[in-house]
Amino acid sequence: MAELTLAGALNSTLKEQMRKDDRIVVLGEDVGRRGGVFLVTEGLLEEFGPERVIDTPLSEAAIFGVAAGMAIYGLKPIAEVQFFDFAFGGFDQIVSQIAKLRYRTGGQFKAPVIIRGPVAGGIRGGMFHSQHPETYYVHTAGLKVIVPAFPYDAKGLLISALKQEDPVIFMEPKSIYRTIKQEVPDGEFTVPIGKANVLKEGDDVTVISYGAMVHRSLEAAEEAEKEKISVEVIDLRTLMPFDIETILNSVKKTGRVVIVHEAPKTLGFGAEIAAQLAEKALLYLEAPIMRVTGQDTPFPLANEHYYLPTLKRIKNTILKVVNF
Amino acid sequence: MSELYQILDEEGVVNKQLISKINLSNEQMLEMYKHMLIVRILDGWLMRLQRMGRAAIHAPNEGQEAIAVGVAHASEKQDYFFPTYRDLGLMIVRGASIREILNRWLANSQDPLKGHEFAIYGGRKYNIVPTTTPVSVHLAAATGFAHAAKIRKDNLVVFAFLGDGGTSKGDFHESINWAGVFRLPIVYVCQNNQYAISLPVKRQTASETISIKAVAYGIRGMRVDGNDILAVYSATKEARESARNGMPVLMECVTYRLGSHTTSDDPSRYRTQEEVEQMRKKEPLRRFKNYLISNGILSEKEEQELRKEIEKEIEDEVKIAVSVPPLPVQTIFEDVYSDMPWHLKEEMDLVVKEFEEDHQS
Ligand SMILES: Cc1ncc(C[n+]2csc(CCOP(=O)(O)OP(=O)(O)O)c2C)c(N)n1
Repeated sequence: MAELTLAGALNSTLKEQMRKDDRIVVLGEDVGRRGGVFLVTEGLLEEFGPERVIDTPLSEAAIFGVAAGMAIYGLKPIAEVQFFDFAFGGFDQIVSQIAKLRYRTGGQFKAPVIIRGPVAGGIRGGMFHSQHPETYYVHTAGLKVIVPAFPYDAKGLLISALKQEDPVIFMEPKSIYRTIKQEVPDGEFTVPIGKANVLKEGDDVTVISYGAMVHRSLEAAEEAEKEKISVEVIDLRTLMPFDIETILNSVKKTGRVVIVHEAPKTLGFGAEIAAQLAEKALLYLEAPIMRVTGQDTPFPLANEHYYLPTLKRIKNTILKVVNF
Repeated sequence: MSELYQILDEEGVVNKQLISKINLSNEQMLEMYKHMLIVRILDGWLMRLQRMGRAAIHAPNEGQEAIAVGVAHASEKQDYFFPTYRDLGLMIVRGASIREILNRWLANSQDPLKGHEFAIYGGRKYNIVPTTTPVSVHLAAATGFAHAAKIRKDNLVVFAFLGDGGTSKGDFHESINWAGVFRLPIVYVCQNNQYAISLPVKRQTASETISIKAVAYGIRGMRVDGNDILAVYSATKEARESARNGMPVLMECVTYRLGSHTTSDDPSRYRTQEEVEQMRKKEPLRRFKNYLISNGILSEKEEQELRKEIEKEIEDEVKIAVSVPPLPVQTIFEDVYSDMPWHLKEEMDLVVKEFEEDHQS
């Protein structure tokens, strides 16, 4: 057991898993000597050598496509994208090759690649170092999509991802890489893909979030509790598949829902949750489902505080839904 | 194609035969030196402003000043540029003021890009189209711009900048292939500064040089000492002429990034200080200065004065820039579309209200 940050938990998990399974290879820009720009792959090159820790040419298309080929062969490639903002150059590989391989070969071939890398704002990264582009991937059938918010979950989910037969998009909120610490057990354990985590039980309203916004939602919940509102907070942890059962159980209890995410509102993940709730739980709802999200603009450099869901906005939305 | 075109050697000693072919007045050379010096000193300030927490990030130009400055000086007024995030020199030569650069870096209310993105060199009045941070994505648009100029029979050449890392992207290959097929008026200026963050150029290509890649695409390759501004200037003139006559050029400028990749980088993780110090001996300013002084175009004293003058001006401008008020929050919502749809208005109204509440005292 050790106190680890999210980045630290990912780093030690990669090491542990690579020691156990020599089919795992890590590839990406600057993942070797540099240890990745956020040091998630630090020390891997030294321990596992350049055949398994591959500093690649600057080409996301080749990184993802080559990883797919390795996976078809039977290796377990973990491809790092330096920032998810740069994955679009390799998007065709993900959408046309990786996501659809199983389907288009009638299940004969599979490409269980993990594509991992940082997402999220909050570091003054501007337009191309801050985006939260999960919707593109969730919308693409064949990909599983994970966004951990805690070091423990990051480890358990990464191990689950490695056991998957399907390609996994693993998004790491960079704003919380080093800001939170948690006890993380040594050795192998898993956190199931497709299972949400109820972080805090409550009766009046359900706040659903994932990634860095989980922490802001918890803070907002605490503030709301000071005003005698009992808030349930759910961390989705995986977006595809997502845990509809946990959401429904909670909403049946509270009847009120606030969804919080960094990605823009229009067709963001909150839209899917709201639609599912409209289909499956309409009669339990006592207030409109509200979303607190990033704005429907590119991610700005200036004033990013107001682009992202603010603590105040989340809290006010909780109050609004409760007082509806 | 793998030979390195050089006019000034590392000590600033000139190749007399080659320099006789360049038509450059002393005034022009002094202007070029001044521009390089402004880039060097301003670059240091942009690094400092980041460390002071004022600017978000900066990608230093140190060691590469001769390329953007040399290319821009050799261009014609009507030419267009598609730079990367490391080409401060283009802005300086094309007339951007120090104040404007600072306002951009501070993303304040005078930032002409309205705080939408950092480290962007460019603007309509400079004929510079700001880059996309994702590497090499701008190259296809540069190619299309040249294609349009050809269709319209306009007499201009496009200069598209990229780094050695940028040559690994499909966008690069697809663009130079296209330029070759349509014989476009474009020069691709590859600044081979030996690194793409931590990765040496060997990790990008097994080709002997970058310029040699031109052969496979049926365009012209040139290889230039990018730390020699006279070579860059002269090669650019030649490349421009070639591109204008339907033979696009891939011009590799061999240089070295003396600074970190950006302010967020720590180069000690991947290269030694000895290597950097070794390469510092080849840097472009010292070399050009030696040439100017030994040929009586500039004196040591004049050089010192010029340096002081620039330092003072930048310091004064920094003082002004840091007191410019911040951008209003509304600018988050501007320029997403040519007009503002209802949902953005709705979002903007909420943000403005929140901002006003936050700032009531
Ligand atoms: C498509 C893409 N992938 C990754 C990055 C992250 N990144 C920023 S600069 C850089 C290295 C670029 O190297 P090079 O093209 O040689 O230019 P230099 O920075 O050396 O000037 C990388 C990997 C990016 N901006 N775009």
